[in-house]
Amino acid sequence: MISAAYNFAYLDEQTKRMIRRAILKAVAIPGYQVPFASREMPMPYGWGTGGVQVTAAVLGPDDVLKVIDQGADDTTNAVAIRGFFEKTARVRTTTATAEATVIQTRHRIPEEPLTAGQILVYQVPIPEPLRFLEPRETETRKMHALTEYGLMHVKLYEDIARHGHIATTYAYPVHVAGRYVMDPSPIPKFDNPKMNDCEALQLFGAGREKRIYAIPPHTEVVSLDFEDHPFRVQEFAEPCALCGSTGVYLDEVILDDRGGRMFVCSDTDYCTSHRPSGPDDQSAAEWENAR
Amino acid sequence: MYVAVKGGETAIRNAHRLVADKRRGDRSVPSISLDQIVNQLALAVDRVMAEGSLYDPELAALAIKQARGDMIEAIFLLRAFRTTAPRFGFSEPLDTSNMLVERRISATFKDLPGGQLLGPTFDYTHRLLDPELAGDAEIPAPELAEAGDGVMPRVTDLLGQEGLIEADADAGEEAETGDLTREPLSFPADRALRLQALARGDEGFLLSLGYSTQRGYARSHPFAGEIRLGEVEVMVEIPELGFTVSIGRIEVTECQMINQFKGSAKVPPQFTRGYGLVFGHAERKAMSMALVDRALRWRELGEEKTAPAQDEEFVLSHSDNVQATGFVEHLKLPHYVDFQAELELVRRMRAKHEAAVRDSAGQDESKAKQQEAAE
Repeated sequence: MISAAYNFAYLDEQTKRMIRRAILKAVAIPGYQVPFASREMPMPYGWGTGGVQVTAAVLGPDDVLKVIDQGADDTTNAVAIRGFFEKTARVRTTTATAEATVIQTRHRIPEEPLTAGQILVYQVPIPEPLRFLEPRETETRKMHALTEYGLMHVKLYEDIARHGHIATTYAYPVHVAGRYVMDPSPIPKFDNPKMNDCEALQLFGAGREKRIYAIPPHTEVVSLDFEDHPFRVQEFAEPCALCGSTGVYLDEVILDDRGGRMFVCSDTDYCTSHRPSGPDDQSAAEWENAR
Repeated sequence: MYVAVKGGETAIRNAHRLVADKRRGDRSVPSISLDQIVNQLALAVDRVMAEGSLYDPELAALAIKQARGDMIEAIFLLRAFRTTAPRFGFSEPLDTSNMLVERRISATFKDLPGGQLLGPTFDYTHRLLDPELAGDAEIPAPELAEAGDGVMPRVTDLLGQEGLIEADADAGEEAETGDLTREPLSFPADRALRLQALARGDEGFLLSLGYSTQRGYARSHPFAGEIRLGEVEVMVEIPELGFTVSIGRIEVTECQMINQFKGSAKVPPQFTRGYGLVFGHAERKAMSMALVDRALRWRELGEEKTAPAQDEEFVLSHSDNVQATGFVEHLKLPHYVDFQAELELVRRMRAKHEAAVRDSAGQDESKAKQQEAAE
């Protein structure tokens, strides 16, 4: 029968080389979707196969890996992917944003600003920002080639005409380095400004759709908007119930069936490191106990 | 108090332990062996090999056992293994006219060189549940004919002698065949790539699409020119030797669908073809594949594109069940960050809506008052 002996970080070196070439091309043309020969991975399509392949291709033995899903290190899929690389690459893993050299993420950018030398790998379900306006790949590629983004602006304008504001809250399209309109993956638009002039390298992998794209460090990333309707991020009325932080993205936790709820940081690492420690920290302790 | 599911690591481990337990089921029932699956669930094994794109009955059986009989999960397991296997090169095209035929039927000719050979088929059986099969009844040995001289010309070759049917497309000496497992599929895709995608495509999806062409969505007047099932040799050219050698035999099902074609200014009226070739015994899949292949050829044959089965981007982007199941089922993953963003938006929009309703109600009231006062 089969003796399962896999290469470092699962993928064979030829495949990694192919992916790295796609990454290099992506870095050279910020925001452009580079087709790559995505492999079948041992986790399902749509569960981060693109991100996993990109991570596998950039990971070295000395890297420190952090994996988050919805901002949290302990969500099931983040745990599974972290376990996958612990097993196949035996790299050191961490939950601390600052410690990590490679961070794979789904749906969030960490609250703590990323630094030079770090790589943020996004899992992308639908890489094409124009997909829901035009389902055909042959058409959308043409539209990108011709910088024909009128359709997107019309869509945003229609939002304003109908609702008085742009009704896109996540996967909010951005304009990269003045050229390509790009899907930032389904992060809340709250995170969009963090992509601009970021010190870290941002890589995007879409496995099922077989596309890789990138934002090199210090690239201009602008969220699409209009002069009279400037881009605005979500604001939360209250601070995090556990650490008291404001200006961070919060998850709503329903406490009971009588409308009780609280808001807590979606970035679990940020939340734990900002939690007031000491015996008088009632709320955090209570909450921990209840778990 | 209910809080978000945290501490995933232990939960995941326990879930996997539980599924292993469920897989084994009642311990007093003997565990099913791979041999039993290969022999007695052979068509399931064939489907997993075909859509898993890997010809290995034993691994397919293992995948079926591991997947608890979930075919798409089994196909996925086999694919994930296949992708790690090294690729040595291409085989020569299979020569299906040299097939060791186990079944061969034609719906277009009553008799033909080589004859009609029913072989093992469910066709013409009455679909009555057979209680005897619940036990281990003695099964009589089959009646077998002597193997023929091996020559069984394909129906399409017979028609081709008169020029009544289009010839096999000539790829040319230098033509390179693409490999959709090594290069991302881009559109428009050539026919070889389309056939690759269809060969590993989901049987159910292709069946429905093929069916739709019969019901008028891209009607192509098909005839089952020939369906044959049997073993063929796989020939590979070994660069060190400079000639081709046989590396073994595989069982395949081939379907040549014959379709009408009116002809054009350049081409006289002749029959055209849809082609299906699948690992193992898989007639339904091979026939569906042939129907869809023919529908996808509208451009080449100067036909009008009117139906989903003709739409190459639609068909090829959605035919892979491993991709489809992954993306559909990924909806199970947490989406609370995005949902939170939507929640906030809907609350804001509702607040605005309520305010607007209140305002207009207030205006109506004051208007009414003004009117009253005026009267």
